[in-house]
Amino acid sequence: MTAPIIIVGAGQAGLQAAESLRSEGYAGSLTMIGDEPHTPYHRPPLSKAYLLGEFTAAQLAIRTPEALAKKGIDLRTGITVSAIDRATKRLRLTNGDELDYAHLCLATGARPRPLPLAGADLDGVFPLRTLADTQAIAARLPSASHVVVIGGGFIGLEFAAVARKLGKAVVVLEAAPRLMPRAVTPMMSDFFRDLHIAHGVQVELGASVCALLGEQGKIAAVHTGDGREFPADLVLVGIGILPNAELAQQAGLECQHGIIVDACSRTSDPAIVAAGDCTARRLADGNLLRLESVQNAVEQGKSAAAALLGKERPFTANPWFWSDQYDIKLQMVGLAAGCDRTVVRGDLAARKFSAFHYRGRTLIAVDSINSPEDHMPARKLLDLGLSPAADELADLSRPVNALISR
Amino acid sequence: MPRITYIEPSGNQTEIDLPEGWSLMQGATSNGVEGIEAECGGSCACATCHCYVESHADRLPAPSETELSMLDHVAAERRPNSRLSCQLKASADLDGMVVRLPICQS
Ligand SMILES: Cc1cc2nc3c(=O)[nH]c(=O)nc-3n(C[C@H](O)[C@H](O)[C@H](O)COP(=O)(O)OP(=O)(O)OC[C@H]3O[C@@H](n4cnc5c(N)ncnc54)[C@H](O)[C@@H]3O)c2cc1C
Ligand code: FES
Repeated sequence: MTAPIIIVGAGQAGLQAAESLRSEGYAGSLTMIGDEPHTPYHRPPLSKAYLLGEFTAAQLAIRTPEALAKKGIDLRTGITVSAIDRATKRLRLTNGDELDYAHLCLATGARPRPLPLAGADLDGVFPLRTLADTQAIAARLPSASHVVVIGGGFIGLEFAAVARKLGKAVVVLEAAPRLMPRAVTPMMSDFFRDLHIAHGVQVELGASVCALLGEQGKIAAVHTGDGREFPADLVLVGIGILPNAELAQQAGLECQHGIIVDACSRTSDPAIVAAGDCTARRLADGNLLRLESVQNAVEQGKSAAAALLGKERPFTANPWFWSDQYDIKLQMVGLAAGCDRTVVRGDLAARKFSAFHYRGRTLIAVDSINSPEDHMPARKLLDLGLSPAADELADLSRPVNALISR
Repeated sequence: MPRITYIEPSGNQTEIDLPEGWSLMQGATSNGVEGIEAECGGSCACATCHCYVESHADRLPAPSETELSMLDHVAAERRPNSRLSCQLKASADLDGMVVRLPICQS
């Protein structure tokens, strides 16, 4: 028997790589190893519908074990890969087993950045990455009344919205002068600050946490550098993620804030590809791009499968992302960093608009609030490299879609 | 449990008994039915869970404004019976329903 293709990590990226290998005709043996006890599941609802009780855990599953078995994907859950020996093409598992591979796909994802403070391990302080994390939060939420969210990024803000809907007092502490500073423009930061304040959240910007205080092992309060104290019986830490790249790094693969891959998901070892949150993609200009999104996991998973079959399928589409907070749906496409002009289409006050971001005359990103009719064509505009003029966009009587087929 | 029949793009038919409250998307994807991508996991944010409702249409709630806007941008042909399967929840009413999956989702 020839050695299998082994996928390390059973998340969105690993699953996509496995299924694309099958749909592209790979008939050999295929093993996917994941350290979580579940089949691959959707993470985005963890900070959205799931905590509101709209979904059960079973509904989060992307595939049942039977569906994977039917496709000849040998999923082994609850097992951690501890080392890769590239010379002998062999994996070591924490249970002591060893597995030979012909090719490897690393899809190890990311983990929450730990809060480097005493008290971060107090009972009642939670990260939010896995189903297990979310179940622990769900068990605590009913008895919580004062929720403090450390970090005003997507996950923290989505959780803040959920906690408000459940009637909790919520404080968001963000060290930067604005919300979601890495992901959105100042205008969007302001929009979301106003939105959360309008829903009764206390938003504290420039608030750096310096201590977590407990009583009998349980979280009781969060202290900020300016000497303030925020009482808390549940703290959510959402200060970003760290790519799980150590396995690759120890095996000598090129890594820098992630496993370095090209547009086709190839690593520095021809026998190994990588996909999803664990990667950093080398762009044509030499810069590295780290994306943390479902689209990235899916696209890189497809590219990785193609690469293992000797084909080139570069991931070149513009990044897109979404977030649900209260009755607001944010949909983003492109990367707004470096924008020097923004054209707003729609009505900010009515919470239905899109912000078209330009660098010079080039459209580089579009953020849409409750405007899927703008977002979907905006993806096409960007992928086609089209940059409509400002006055064309401001005319609400003309759908954005009409600007594509000129 | 309501039984839903999915017609895959290949013409292959699969019948699935869906627990009430599950979306038609969840029933299809978790069981490995071909023809649905559902990248956003049911947030009504991706339009890759498009289906054609072949029966029981009169028992479905009307699409939301968001769903309607997303339906304008599905990858395959949009038809009068187009819906996003993540927005359709299984209920006893829908027992025997048939949905057809389009040739592409993205
Ligand atoms: C709460 C939350 C909300 C989100 N919301 C959105 C959203 O709205 N939109 C969006 O686009 N994205 C969202 N994301 C991000 C998105 O879910 C991720 O980008 C995506 O799931 C990444 O998939 P992945 O397969 O690369 O990594 P993961 O899903 O992290 O999967 C990697 C798996 O590999 C396992 N693993 C790691 N190391 C090993 C090892 N050595 N051996 C075995 N197994 C290992 C991990 O435990 C994990 O199960 C959200 C994420 C979270 C946590
Ligand atoms: S699953 Fe994304 S819109 Fe239905």
